[in-house]
Amino acid sequence: MGRTVTPAAGRFKTGDRVKVKFEDRPGHLRTPWYIRGKSGWIERVYGDFLNPELLAFGKDGLPKKTLYLVAFDYSEVFGKSQGPKDKVLVDIYDHWLDALA
Amino acid sequence: MSDDHGQDHPKHELSYYAKRIYAMRDLLVEKGVITEKDIQCQIEYQEARTPANGAHLVAKAWVDPAFKARFIADAKAACAEIGIDATALNEFVVLENTPQVRHMVVCTLCSCYPRPILGRPPDWYKSFNYRQRSVSDPRGVMREFGLVLADDVEVRVHDSTADIRYIVMPLRPAGTEGWSEADLAKLVTRDSMIGVMDALPMIPE
Repeated sequence: MGRTVTPAAGRFKTGDRVKVKFEDRPGHLRTPWYIRGKSGWIERVYGDFLNPELLAFGKDGLPKKTLYLVAFDYSEVFGKSQGPKDKVLVDIYDHWLDALA
Repeated sequence: MSDDHGQDHPKHELSYYAKRIYAMRDLLVEKGVITEKDIQCQIEYQEARTPANGAHLVAKAWVDPAFKARFIADAKAACAEIGIDATALNEFVVLENTPQVRHMVVCTLCSCYPRPILGRPPDWYKSFNYRQRSVSDPRGVMREFGLVLADDVEVRVHDSTADIRYIVMPLRPAGTEGWSEADLAKLVTRDSMIGVMDALPMIPE
């Protein structure tokens, strides 16, 4: 579905298993708290975008960061399932993700 | 903020944030950064963008498979094709519902919303209640909007945390074969394009 909107220089491809970093620091962080430390997979590669964590402070946003659509099962995020196939999908930048074997 | 700046302020007691906004507006005008006319033009621009834009896109996609394919492949180009100005959006992605898949959109971090396509977001979309429960209990939220789904339907909640803005393309209701695009558009509610409910089964009275 859809296109990769810009050339993507990131480390991951569709289907790769990933884990969101469990980090916190002051700043304009675009990774919601509830998803930090959770494991999912790359659903779609959106392309490279200016880094909002820098843009928010008047900087140029470079280097660009690859943005992914990352999918998570409900049981992984909330410990219980809604419908058995239900998923939560979050747009997450490359530097927030670690590879899972 | 005193009244001697000559701006219209509501007569009732203002909230903390309203007072702050009026103070900033008055200062920007007083310093010559913007004019009253700029503010009025911007209000008119914001108000001119309504869910009718989204309904137009969805109804056209329902009746025209080739347009639907272009809409899903490159939504901004499809907007330009029918005269909707989506250039303010960084990226715009269509989430197509099917009998087995329903999408629902939230921005848990703030209130990101495809304003050129759907206009201003409803207050509930920006509420802490929706931003929390759309993720933790999406089926409960859908039930409150009158949508009850079988367990084996896949619910996909999209948290739009970054540069992508989403619109849900609801299912075309059964029994609407042969309808005109204009009548179909009347079934496509704002809430069906956020994904908390399906399109209406019939044209409202």
